Amino acid sequence: MFKNSNKNKIKPLQKKFRWNEFFVEKIIASTSFISFAFIILIFVFVFREALPVFAIGAERKTYTIIEEQETYGDIEDKIINEPSAGSQLESGGSEHEVTISNLLGLDWIPISTKSKYGLIPLFVGSLKVSLIAVLLAAPLAILAALFTAFFAPKWAREILKPSIELLAGFPSVVVGFFALIVLATLTQNIFGYGYRLNAFIGGVALSLSVIPIIYTIAEDALVSVPKTFSEASLALGATTWQTALFVVLPAATPGVFAAILLGIGRAFGETMIVLMVTGNAALTSLNPFEPVRTMSATIGAEMAEVIFGDTHYNVLFLIGSLLFIFTFALNAFAELYIRKKLMKKFKGL
Amino acid sequence: MYKKLIGHLIVTATAIASLSVIVIIVVVMVNIIAGGMKTFTFQFLTEAPTEGMTSGGIYPAIVGTFFRVMIMTIVGVPIGTITAIYLSEYAKATSRFAQMIRFAVNTLAGVPAIVFGLFGLGFFIQFVGRGMDASLGGDLHWGQPGLLWASLTMALLTLPVVIVSVEEAIRTVPREFREASLALGATKWQTLYKIVIPNAFTGVLTGGILAISRGAGEVAPILFTGAAYYLPHLPSSLSDQFMELGYHIYIMATQSHDVEATRGIQYATTMALLVCTFSLNFIAVILRYRMRKKAKE
Repeated sequence: MFKNSNKNKIKPLQKKFRWNEFFVEKIIASTSFISFAFIILIFVFVFREALPVFAIGAERKTYTIIEEQETYGDIEDKIINEPSAGSQLESGGSEHEVTISNLLGLDWIPISTKSKYGLIPLFVGSLKVSLIAVLLAAPLAILAALFTAFFAPKWAREILKPSIELLAGFPSVVVGFFALIVLATLTQNIFGYGYRLNAFIGGVALSLSVIPIIYTIAEDALVSVPKTFSEASLALGATTWQTALFVVLPAATPGVFAAILLGIGRAFGETMIVLMVTGNAALTSLNPFEPVRTMSATIGAEMAEVIFGDTHYNVLFLIGSLLFIFTFALNAFAELYIRKKLMKKFKGL
Repeated sequence: MYKKLIGHLIVTATAIASLSVIVIIVVVMVNIIAGGMKTFTFQFLTEAPTEGMTSGGIYPAIVGTFFRVMIMTIVGVPIGTITAIYLSEYAKATSRFAQMIRFAVNTLAGVPAIVFGLFGLGFFIQFVGRGMDASLGGDLHWGQPGLLWASLTMALLTLPVVIVSVEEAIRTVPREFREASLALGATKWQTLYKIVIPNAFTGVLTGGILAISRGAGEVAPILFTGAAYYLPHLPSSLSDQFMELGYHIYIMATQSHDVEATRGIQYATTMALLVCTFSLNFIAVILRYRMRKKAKE
């Protein structure tokens, strides 16, 4: 009997192989690969154009720089000129040697006979503006997140959440425009500083675009704290605000911290707002009321004017690479490390 | 007693913070609408700029933005939707490949807009465009900033928006729907195509709308991949440069010959852009809100 049944092996219930199913799956998988491919391409192509900066001593093509003043120029003319600009060869004095000490210098004077590509003022500028923005946005956003997560009646929550989503949808030029025309004059009248456009007003404007990010992630972190935490606290006789402040908020600290980091990353990379309202003077100072030139704004303002393949062009790509690395590292840190920490905390209950 | 006071203070502080965020939003909108109302007429929307951009309308900028957004949507939304389908339906959570893609999407969402612009310049224009020119016979045609390159750059930038939104929508489709379909003998693809995607259609729509609104408002990536200050004619091919609403605002507000005299135009242009992105976002928020509510039930 036993042997007999073994001989007539019943085929197990098996999924039939279908060619079209197979192809559909492969097509879908390969389409989704596009995002990954482009991340790699971004890495490769942004860095590739930055690399020649480091090819010190190696032979490089030099181009004359079109005599141009430090204005953002008549772009109208530019369009007509552009095709010919690429073919303007021949070196004048090739003073564009870029050395590490040049890059670490305090002067950003890209268009001159003796160009200086000091990145320090740009970095300081970006940092200054981002910090101001986050210092202003974080308290507001975190308090608002606390409000939505704990104290708000349902109707208030249903107004607040979509409103902040709408704020996130404000185009950055619109925020920049508003800051340039209204806020800049207003704050100058209040504080009475010398330059109408400066790092501070840039930070104020930027905070508008940072608030939604910090708010969303912080609120997420607060809500995802297990209910048992707050129930235990309330059962011990703590009030709602005590629970919120001393139990839930500490438990959600890594998430809130991640929110702030992502806010800094966003502020660091934001271009249009800072381009419009920070005054764009490459100064290295700690005074928040002086104009600054940020890394992103430098790219935005100068890239349309440079000649392809020029040192200036490569340095701008180098700045882009640095921006990329910086925001990438910040995001990765916020995502991986802190989220994991948060997970561990809650799983190890 | 004094504890109660602190409690009230804290609750009030959080309420004030929330209120001030709302006030900021309202103030920005009211200011821009009040400033733009006078100039914002039908004529303004349908006329080209005249007299060296000091008067006239913004018609070419609207058309340019429209073209750019359309190409971006045609390219970006399908790719984003398919990626979202892969991530939520096909990928196993533990597979390397899926983790790689998820990582890529997260990274893509965090890359600053200006870096996308650099990429567009370095890859699309310098590499692909110049390469096309070289193989087509040497004329400089594709290897310069243009509509197609700007749109593709933007499609890349909005990809994560679409993916996240569609994925969320697909997750709200109840498991039972899928199981019922599979139990009736439908294959996985049939289930997806006939059951999951139609049920998640709102999400695809929301994703598309959010991408359009994000794409319409973003200026940094097109600063040097295709936007032009002023063009006497509308773009007629994919390699043409184009005028653009956001770029127009930036240029008019910071670099026009007479910034003060064109304030009305600046305001009205900003208003046009704001109204456009705001209404798109508004629709998306409502759609998503309904979807979430339905999912909860």
